[in-house]
Amino acid sequence: MEKMKGKAWTFGDDISTDHIAPGRLFHLRSNLPELAKHVLEDADPEFAGKMSKGDFVVGGNNFGLGSSREHAPTIIRMAGVSAVLAKSFARIFYRNAINVGMPVIICNTDRIDAGDELEADLDAGIVRNLTKKIEIPFSPLPKVMQKILEDGGLLNHIAKYGDFNLD
Amino acid sequence: MRQTLAEKILSEHAGRAVRAGEFVIASVDVCLVQDGTGPLAVRQLQKIELERVAHPDKTVLFLDHAAPSPRKELSNDHVLLRRFARKTGAVLSEVGDGVCHQIMPEGYLSPGDVHVGADSHTCTGGGLCAFATGMGSTDVAIAMALGKTWFRVPETFRIQVSGKFPDGVYPKDLVLHLIGMIGADGATYKSLEYGGETVDAMNMSSRLTIANMAVEAGAKVGLFPSDEVTREYLQSVGRGDAFRPISPDKDAEYERVIKIDVSKLEPTVSFPHTVDNTKTMTQIRDMDPVKIDQVVIGTCTNGRLEDLQVAAAILKGKKRDRDTRLLVAPASRAVMTAALKDGTLQTLIDSGALILPPGCGPCVGVHQGVLGDGEACLTTQNRNFVGRMGNPQGFIYLGSPATAAATALTGKLTDPREVI
Repeated sequence: MEKMKGKAWTFGDDISTDHIAPGRLFHLRSNLPELAKHVLEDADPEFAGKMSKGDFVVGGNNFGLGSSREHAPTIIRMAGVSAVLAKSFARIFYRNAINVGMPVIICNTDRIDAGDELEADLDAGIVRNLTKKIEIPFSPLPKVMQKILEDGGLLNHIAKYGDFNLD
Repeated sequence: MRQTLAEKILSEHAGRAVRAGEFVIASVDVCLVQDGTGPLAVRQLQKIELERVAHPDKTVLFLDHAAPSPRKELSNDHVLLRRFARKTGAVLSEVGDGVCHQIMPEGYLSPGDVHVGADSHTCTGGGLCAFATGMGSTDVAIAMALGKTWFRVPETFRIQVSGKFPDGVYPKDLVLHLIGMIGADGATYKSLEYGGETVDAMNMSSRLTIANMAVEAGAKVGLFPSDEVTREYLQSVGRGDAFRPISPDKDAEYERVIKIDVSKLEPTVSFPHTVDNTKTMTQIRDMDPVKIDQVVIGTCTNGRLEDLQVAAAILKGKKRDRDTRLLVAPASRAVMTAALKDGTLQTLIDSGALILPPGCGPCVGVHQGVLGDGEACLTTQNRNFVGRMGNPQGFIYLGSPATAAATALTGKLTDPREVI
């Protein structure tokens, strides 16, 4: 996969799926382009309007906790975010993100500040903070998830093989 | 075999003995989607022309989150799900039937099943010893169509529970205490397996409450053994044939063992805005009073007959505080009927409660009790994140039905032991 480059938007610990895609916008779930205009609105009302394509969402612990709504990682991806970085992810969000082809990286985000220029190399397992001139290593995805991400998400994987082909 | 409940159930469904940490393809017995996640699941299947379900009579589409629909967009989502049900033969649970996680144990789940649902609280089914877990729309769509999915077999935390609940202290307090202790990510990806003398004596309503909140500690499943309590519950819902006993092996390997003596617990409340931000009533007593504008009793966590009965016993012959709204949503049509027959609903109505239709009620922030700016709500639901009840300017507190009833009487956070 190619290297991704962009600016960091920082959000801290415990960013829930209600921050990302809240229940008050439940009626937009079948209108994802419209829902994406509100992505992460209840964590940072300025994010959706000001972020640029390729930027990174950077969280702390337990990013994506809460609901199973796949709409959450989907609208982060639709907004043009290149990857979500966090110290840890909630289980369902993590799996959903891979399923919708949204790269998620578990790494130490303590030395990433808002506005830092980042570059992520999924193959090498390194996030480079170009502003602070440091390298942050991360462990690769489990093989099963790597395969799904490489196929462009779960739907494409199943369309390609007609079944799970994860060995 | 030294297996945990999670390893045991997944082994049966993978067709070989599996251990924590392994990746498996497992057959799936029961699937659910709801009106917030189902439309996306259906569209995903349409995209790859796989609009079918492997087990129609065990695939249920629920209209419960926005029920009845408050907006045309959501009405159209309901139309889409009704059409999919007709086309594939999947079961449709209509507006007013109830919350998915209550209907599943009442009508569809059996001990030892693998159950996936596009709803994070699918883990409720663990109360019935089903390996029940929440996933996203695409994962569940594929599981519905192919009858299988992939899992990483989770490691297990054994939660060993002893002692007798003091008056005013309930299973909800136990699970809030546990989450406060280990944190909202304390069990990420793990299986929580409950056991011990207190669990053996616990009724199904209590087990479902505790299993429901496994995901609030980050867990994949919250499993209870299948025992005499399970047998009696299945018989009571007319499905005695579905019973089989299942327990973990005595020498199963646990990543961690957590012991809780419930006789030492107090009524416990989660403060805004995370479930692990818990305080006991002793701590709350030393604080400034917390004014509550709305009390909600219901949801998939605490909307069962036993929950409504606990609240009614406290509210009987009394009136809610004039400045505090009291909303009650029975979890299902069966719960509502039972509460109607035994007088529970009348007691609640007489105390000033508004009875909502069976369903998710105001928990998801779609309808039926959205909070105003700066308003506070004490609710028996399972999460209190910013914006959860439809307004990021609202404040949500979580407690037991007893704490909710006591709070409705005074208009401020109240220890139920003061009013029973």
